Amino acid sequence: MTTTATPPPTERRSAPPRAKARPGDRIFSRSAQVAGILILIILAGVAAFLVREALPTFTADPSEIDGGEGFLSYVWPLVFGTVAAALIALVVATPLALGIALFISHFAPRRLAQGLGYVVDLLAAIPSVVFGLWGIQWLAPQVQPAWAWLADNLGFIPLFTGPASATGRTMMTAGLVLAVMILPIITAISREVFLQTPTLHEEAALALGATRWEMIRMAVLPFGRPGIISGIMLGLGRALGETMAVAMVLSTGGFTWSMLTSGNNTIAAEIALDFPESSGLKTNTLIAAGLVLFVITLAVNMFARWIVSRRSEFSGAN
Amino acid sequence: MSKRIDVGDLNVYYGSFLAVEGVSMAIEPRSVTAFIGPSGCGKSTFIRTLNRMHEVIPGARVQGKVLLDGEDLYGSNVDPVTVRRQVGMVFQRPNPFPTMSIRDNVLAGMKLNSSRMSRNQANEIVERSLQGANLWNEVKDRLDKPGSGLSGGQQQRLCIARAIAIQPDVLLMDEPCSALDPISTLAIEDLIGELKQNYTIVIVTHNMQQAARVSDRTAFFNIAGTGKPGKLIEMDDTTKIFTNPSVKATEDYVSGRFG
Repeated sequence: MTTTATPPPTERRSAPPRAKARPGDRIFSRSAQVAGILILIILAGVAAFLVREALPTFTADPSEIDGGEGFLSYVWPLVFGTVAAALIALVVATPLALGIALFISHFAPRRLAQGLGYVVDLLAAIPSVVFGLWGIQWLAPQVQPAWAWLADNLGFIPLFTGPASATGRTMMTAGLVLAVMILPIITAISREVFLQTPTLHEEAALALGATRWEMIRMAVLPFGRPGIISGIMLGLGRALGETMAVAMVLSTGGFTWSMLTSGNNTIAAEIALDFPESSGLKTNTLIAAGLVLFVITLAVNMFARWIVSRRSEFSGAN
Repeated sequence: MSKRIDVGDLNVYYGSFLAVEGVSMAIEPRSVTAFIGPSGCGKSTFIRTLNRMHEVIPGARVQGKVLLDGEDLYGSNVDPVTVRRQVGMVFQRPNPFPTMSIRDNVLAGMKLNSSRMSRNQANEIVERSLQGANLWNEVKDRLDKPGSGLSGGQQQRLCIARAIAIQPDVLLMDEPCSALDPISTLAIEDLIGELKQNYTIVIVTHNMQQAARVSDRTAFFNIAGTGKPGKLIEMDDTTKIFTNPSVKATEDYVSGRFG
């Protein structure tokens, strides 16, 4: 149409011309907006509940708290246990998961890679109570001799102080069970990002005379770094919050540095074990412990975000 | 530095499909050899056999000989990794490592040789290579910035710097200017003219003016039809190919009558 008149230059237009809003666009953007806001509301609701229910713990007389010495001395062994179990799980699972992911994405023949991928995903679908049973019935007796050996030979390290538990139901074992549980998460995410590595960059490395492994170190791993970190964080999130498997496997008790004797407990397992029989201030104390776990998870995630963003300039996203 | 290449009766297969058939040619050191021909005629496939990069593609294999100063690249005890350190390659699209700084990109190949370098040596190599790629003056103040922040033409010259940092004998370029604007293209072409004093250069190009401008010898590849193998039709001095070729198909192609 040639009759469309251009607006005269004298007309003032403060806003840029708006695109015509189509119903499809509107519905989509609204539903996305609602979904985004909903997650914030849920998170705020959980946080508000935790803070409100936890408050009596902080105002109560220290002698009334479990242990009789105030909330901090009650919660810090639990924090130690939670972090220790999660760290053991991460230390064991991360290298293994990266190895499996690399094998699937870059080494295995296509057929084998697919099958292996399914098996790993299947591992993620096993309920944690089954992992707990497996941990008690099978894993604990199997690894007990190894823990005994560690206690005998490396007992001078506080974490390995003996005598090792005869049942094998220790933090180390719980950490191993957690490692198996988070393995599929880290593997699946790393595998996906490794497969996304641009062929262009892989060829650049190979053309410089890189071997397969050097190519992976030069092109695949740096490119996948943010994805690897996300995978580790998701795995860590599950390890920190895992309840059932730890509650079943670990023979809980008071604080000890040793990872090879019974003792220690994690926040999530403590809540699960004690909550059914708790009342009054004890309930508030457990919820406060839950709040602490919430804060730890938040801090860990923010730290991971910071690591990723620190080198965003070099991410290849530009 | 700078070796000659002799190719003897080379066939390239993808699985059971014969992609390039019966190529024999001699590529002189310290010269620029251009491969021209219509799309799908096997130029890029063939150039990749000169540093065994075709082996990256599953199922690709060759029959025949490629001699680098008399040594067979396909000898039974020859490691493709060593071949690629002698025969460098620049790709169609600039591909600096996005996770590395400009400096680390240049040094990427050196680090593979695992020999420890002092900081001074490394600085020398970075400067020499970037000078060699005509990029030094543009980036010397931001060597620690990511290579992906450069313009396309600068990125491609960074890739050339990265390739020549390890001082290969031969430099292969697979349509190095096809993703670049005319000014960046000119910069690369000037650079090719300088690089041929030290290197044997082989370049695949779709741009016949480019072949005419930069190369000393030109090889014309053609394909009889889809599903048929690509063949080397003729190879001669560039001036001869573009003025008085001996095969009719070459004349038709360079004069723009097909392709």
